[in-house]
Amino acid sequence: MHYSEKVMEHFRNPKNMGKMRNPDGIGVVGNPICGDMTTMTIKVKNNRIEKIKFTTMGCGAAIAVSSIVTEMAKGKTLDDAMKISYESVIEVIGELPTNELHCSKLGTDALQKAIMDYYAKKEGKKPKDKHVEYIGGRRGRCYCPYCSSETSRASPYCSKCGKPI
Amino acid sequence: MNRIYFDHISANPIHPKVKEVLVDFIKSDCFGNPLSQHSVGDEATEALERAREKTARLIGAKPDEIVFTSGGTESNNLAIKGVAFAKAKRGKHIISSSIEHQSVARTLRVLMKMGYQVTAVPVDKDGLVNPKDVEKAIRDDTILITIMHANNEIGTIEPIADIGKIARERKIPFHTDAVVSCGNIPVNVEELGVDLLSMAANQFYGPSGVGALYIKDGTEIVPILDGGTQENGKRAGTQNLIGIVGMGEAAELALIEMDERMKYLNRLKKALIERISTIEDVYINGNPELTIPGLVSFSVAYVEGESMTIMLDEKGIAVSVRSACASGSLRASHVLIAIGRDYATAQGTLIFSFGIENTIEQIDEAFETLKKTIDFLRSMSPLYKKK
Repeated sequence: MHYSEKVMEHFRNPKNMGKMRNPDGIGVVGNPICGDMTTMTIKVKNNRIEKIKFTTMGCGAAIAVSSIVTEMAKGKTLDDAMKISYESVIEVIGELPTNELHCSKLGTDALQKAIMDYYAKKEGKKPKDKHVEYIGGRRGRCYCPYCSSETSRASPYCSKCGKPI
Repeated sequence: MNRIYFDHISANPIHPKVKEVLVDFIKSDCFGNPLSQHSVGDEATEALERAREKTARLIGAKPDEIVFTSGGTESNNLAIKGVAFAKAKRGKHIISSSIEHQSVARTLRVLMKMGYQVTAVPVDKDGLVNPKDVEKAIRDDTILITIMHANNEIGTIEPIADIGKIARERKIPFHTDAVVSCGNIPVNVEELGVDLLSMAANQFYGPSGVGALYIKDGTEIVPILDGGTQENGKRAGTQNLIGIVGMGEAAELALIEMDERMKYLNRLKKALIERISTIEDVYINGNPELTIPGLVSFSVAYVEGESMTIMLDEKGIAVSVRSACASGSLRASHVLIAIGRDYATAQGTLIFSFGIENTIEQIDEAFETLKKTIDFLRSMSPLYKKK
């Protein structure tokens, strides 16, 4: 067992887990072929996040971080919620295993995407990002579990941090 | 909390009888160096050679064909590098498979950097190598064939005897990594037609950190550890005598109890497969008819393996996982991809491996927990839609 008690608490009893009907914003990041994917759905009222729900397929860290991010975002103004970063999550839960850095960024990335999606919908634009990069099959992007930069599947090493992947 | 240990592919408890022998041996103060020219050394030599005979008997070899090592990894390294270096002048081509253990696959990768060429033959959906593919891959400069006996992730038993015939006909040294199979199913070096065979004591309830490499008389090989003349000059370094005595004892017991163990472990395997087949979108990896007793690998769609392992561990159930996250890599297992599992489903793979101390009741209990775990994780998975 390599997780802190705080991470385990959220993993055992995730908060705000599930799918929301008719959300104001949706954010989807990750790719199941790399073993991790998170969706965040939000309801916005008076420029604040009134309701937030997540679903995650991923390791214990990815699930716990998603849960923590929803707790942190709930009730915040959109501007403040946008500022929730990986670092601020780490402050709450303590360090994560180094090879799970990427999984733990999923939660904050998905939240930011959900907020962008809300703004885009409000302005009547179609969101730039597709909601899902690719599900299933053998294609799609993967990210280095250590430094979170995009990697090519052909290389046995991360081109940025040099770790074997 | 009662622990349920279903991870025998990673490590085995030491057999109670082996424990007894080990304690007695340690108490007997047989500490000498087998190389010494005095009676203290002679006592050690005697214990060492007794263990060698017992280990040899397990695989139908002659005692002087057994080289003790620090385990399966060293045995595989010695077999492959040892033959590759000894034969470098004759050729630099090696044939292997796409589902080898890392201690074979990474050894081959190092050799490739040194100018060797490796052909990895594919496997079918059950994880089986086709001996004809091996035959087709043979070239004039082929100096070694290395194909595992039983796979460590899905348990498939490869047609080693058929490949052995081809290797003998073509006079190419043939190594098999029998770490998973040795001591668990019948392994006979003559019947398999191998020149080199790796084994590890812990896989048959001996201590960890000790293993052996069978090297058939007359096989050209150079040591990879240089130093003294131990192990017939093939593996320098003072022997791990306590470990080796444990290995000898475990080998003797494995031979005596093998039929009984196989029957029992096959029963446990069948019981688990029957139960997990009732869960939707769960796929058994490998053909249960062709796999070793006591190992079941399966992939659970829509969830990731590491999260399942952690939830099971919370309830005291220890199993093995093959997802990318857990292994510190982002790739799904090369074995699962080789048998045609898609990347996403491969991420939800668990391995349950049973031992002689496990019971059907434990399987029932673990299965109930597994079902709840899968339900819970699927309920939070963005990919899962209730049917």
